[in-house]
Amino acid sequence: MGALEVRGVNKRFGGLQALNDVNLTVEEGRIHAIIGPNGAGKSTLLNCFVGRLTPDSGTVMFHGKSLLGRQPHQINQAGVSRVFQTPEIFADLTVLENVMIPALAHRDGIFEFNAFKPMRHETDIHKRAHDVLEDLGMADKTDMVAASMSRGDKRRLEMAMGLVQEPKLLLLDEPTAGMSRADTNNTIEVLRHIGDSRGITMIIIEHDMHVVFSLADRISVLAQGTVIVEDAPENIKGNVKVQEAYLGGAH
Amino acid sequence: MLGLSRKDFLTLLFVLLLVAAAPIFLNPFPEGSKFAQFNAGYPDLMQRFVIFGIFAIGYNILFGLTGYLSFGHAAFLGAGSYAGVWMLKLLTINVIPAILVSTLVAGIFSLLIGYISLRRSGIYFSILTLAFAQMSFALAASVLTPITGGETGLQTALNDPRILDGASVGGNIPAPSLFGLQMGYSWKVAVGDWLWTFNVGYYLCAFVLLIAFYISIRIFRSPFGMMLKAVKSNNQRLSYTGISPRPYTLAAFVISGMYAGLAGGLMVSMDPLAGAERMQWTASGEVVLMTILGGVGTLIGPVLGAGLIKYFENIFSKINENLLEQWFAFMPEGLGDFIVTIIYPFVGKGWHLTLGLMFMLVVIFMPGGLIGGLSGIYKRVFRRRSTAQ
Ligand SMILES: Nc1ncnc2c1ncn2[C@@H]1O[C@H](COP(=O)(O)OP(=O)(O)OP(=O)(O)O)[C@@H](O)[C@H]1O
Ligand SMILES: [Mg+2]
Repeated sequence: MGALEVRGVNKRFGGLQALNDVNLTVEEGRIHAIIGPNGAGKSTLLNCFVGRLTPDSGTVMFHGKSLLGRQPHQINQAGVSRVFQTPEIFADLTVLENVMIPALAHRDGIFEFNAFKPMRHETDIHKRAHDVLEDLGMADKTDMVAASMSRGDKRRLEMAMGLVQEPKLLLLDEPTAGMSRADTNNTIEVLRHIGDSRGITMIIIEHDMHVVFSLADRISVLAQGTVIVEDAPENIKGNVKVQEAYLGGAH
Repeated sequence: MLGLSRKDFLTLLFVLLLVAAAPIFLNPFPEGSKFAQFNAGYPDLMQRFVIFGIFAIGYNILFGLTGYLSFGHAAFLGAGSYAGVWMLKLLTINVIPAILVSTLVAGIFSLLIGYISLRRSGIYFSILTLAFAQMSFALAASVLTPITGGETGLQTALNDPRILDGASVGGNIPAPSLFGLQMGYSWKVAVGDWLWTFNVGYYLCAFVLLIAFYISIRIFRSPFGMMLKAVKSNNQRLSYTGISPRPYTLAAFVISGMYAGLAGGLMVSMDPLAGAERMQWTASGEVVLMTILGGVGTLIGPVLGAGLIKYFENIFSKINENLLEQWFAFMPEGLGDFIVTIIYPFVGKGWHLTLGLMFMLVVIFMPGGLIGGLSGIYKRVFRRRSTAQ
C-alpha cells in the first residue's frame, strides 16, 4: 500500500469535467511527478488532497486514513504540506516570520495560547527556521518583508515553509516556475537531498522537464482530467500517448 | 528588562513618564492667563484620556493585529460599567472588586458575541458586531431597566446593601475609594502662577494603563501575537499551515473585550454612574477613530489617538466666537472679521469638522496613522543623514 492512495476521484465544475476517475498511488519516500498540459487538472487534484476542494466522488487515503471532509489545518497537522502555484505567503511579515509560523504550527498544533513568552526567546524555532532558509540559500534575506521578494524567491520561501514542518508528504505545485536556471538547479539539489536524507514523500507538478527527470522516481501524465500514463521516467520520454497529449493539448 | 527588548522597555518607560507627568505638562499655561482654558490637566479630563487609552490599546489587539474591524466594542465597555456599579452597590465601595468584576463580565460577554460574530469575516463581521452592540444598547435602555436603570442610568444610592462595608457609612452616599483613599481626592500644588492637580483616581487609572500597556507589548511580541498578524496577512494560508485561525481571533476578541470592560470599570470607579448611551454605536466608532488616527497596529498609537480625540472633544470644542474675536482684534477691522468667519465653523461646536478633516488627512497621507507618519519621517531623516556621512 502506498503513502497516498487516490481512487476514482471525480470533480466537475459546471459543465467541465476537471477530474475524471483519477487513480494514483504514491509510494512512501518517493518523488512522484505529475505532468500534463495546461488545464489538465493537476492543481485541482492537489486541491482535493489539502481540503480546498472536495471531490464529487472517489477516495483519498493518506497512510490508511481518509483526507476527505477534513479541515485544511487538520490535514496539515496530519503531515501534508503544500507549496501553491500562485505564491501563498504572509506578505506583510518578514521572511523569517513566514517560516517561524509553520514551525510553531508543527510544534504547538492548531491552537496554543502562547501570549507572554517573547518570540525572541523561542530559540529552537529561530534555529529551525534559519537552518531551512540556509538550506535554500536565503539566509541573507531573513529580515526582508516577504512581499518585496521576486517570484522565484517567494517560491523558495514557500518551500522553506513546507520543509520546516518536516512533513510526511510534501505537495509542490510548480516549485521552480519564475526561478533563474541557477536557483532551479539549487532547488533540485535541495529537494533531492531532502528526499534522500529525510525520506519525505513528494508529489511535484512541473512543466520544466529538466526538473521532472532530475527528480522523479515515477511519473503520472494527466490530460483532460484523466491519468493517461503512469510509469518510470525512462519509459515516459518515448511514450506516444504522452506526446499526443502535449501536442493535442494547450501547447 | 521585564522580558522586553531594549526598545520596548524604553517605549514603556516613555509612557510611564508621560502619564506620571501629565498633570504638569498638560497645564502649560498659568492659572488665570488668556490661554488657561487650553489647560487639560484637570482630573476629570486626564482620567478620560487614560481610560480611553486603555480602551484603545485593547481594541488595537483585535483590530491592529488581526484586522477584524469591530463596530461593537462599546457594548463591552457598557457591560463593564454596569458590572462595576453593581459591585459598588452590592459588595463594597472599594473600587478593586468593581474593576476586576467589570473586566471579567465583559470577557464573558465578548466570548458570547465574538463566538457568533467570528463565524463571518470582513464587512459581515463588522455588521454583526454592530448589530449586537445596538441590541445591547436597546435592551439596556428598555427591557433590562431593573438591572441597568434604563434611561436614567445606574448609580450608587444611600440604601445600597454593600455587604462588606455598608454598616460603616453615615448619612451620605460614600464616594468610591481605594482602601479608604477617595478617588476624588486631589493634592493641589501651586508653583508660581501655575497650578497642578495630582488626583488619586487619575493615578490609579494611570497605573492600570501601564499594566495594560505592558501586557499589550508582551502580546505583540509573543508567538500568539505573531499568529494574529498572520491572520491579518493571509487567513487562508494560515489554515494550510496547520493553524485554526478561529480560536486565535476569538482569543484576541475576548482580550480586547476585557480591556473595554476594564475601561468601563475604571470609568464607574471615578464616577459611579453608568448609562446606556455608553453602549451606543457612536461610542464604538470613536475607539475605531482613535486607533486609526494614532496608528493601527502600532504599540503607542492608540494611546495617542485617544488623547487627541478627547482633547478635541473637551478643549478645542470650547473655543467660541467671542474668544476668536479677541484673538484677531489686533487685525484691521474687516480682515479680522473675515478670518473669524472662516475659522469659526471649525472650532467650538464645529470641532467634529476639524477632527474629520484631520482624520481624512491622516488616512490619505499617513496610512500608518500619526505614529506611522512620525516614524516614517524619522527614518527618512535618519537614513539621509547616515548616507550623507
Ligand atoms: N475553482 C474552479 N472553478 C471552476 N473551474 C475551475 C476551478 N479550478 C480550476 N478550474 C478549471 O479546471 C481546469 C483544470 O484546472 P487546473 O488548475 O487544475 O489545471 P492545471 O493542470 O493545474 O493547469 P496549469 O498547468 O495551467 O496550472 C481548468 O479548465 C480550470 O479553468
Ligand atoms: Mg496548476
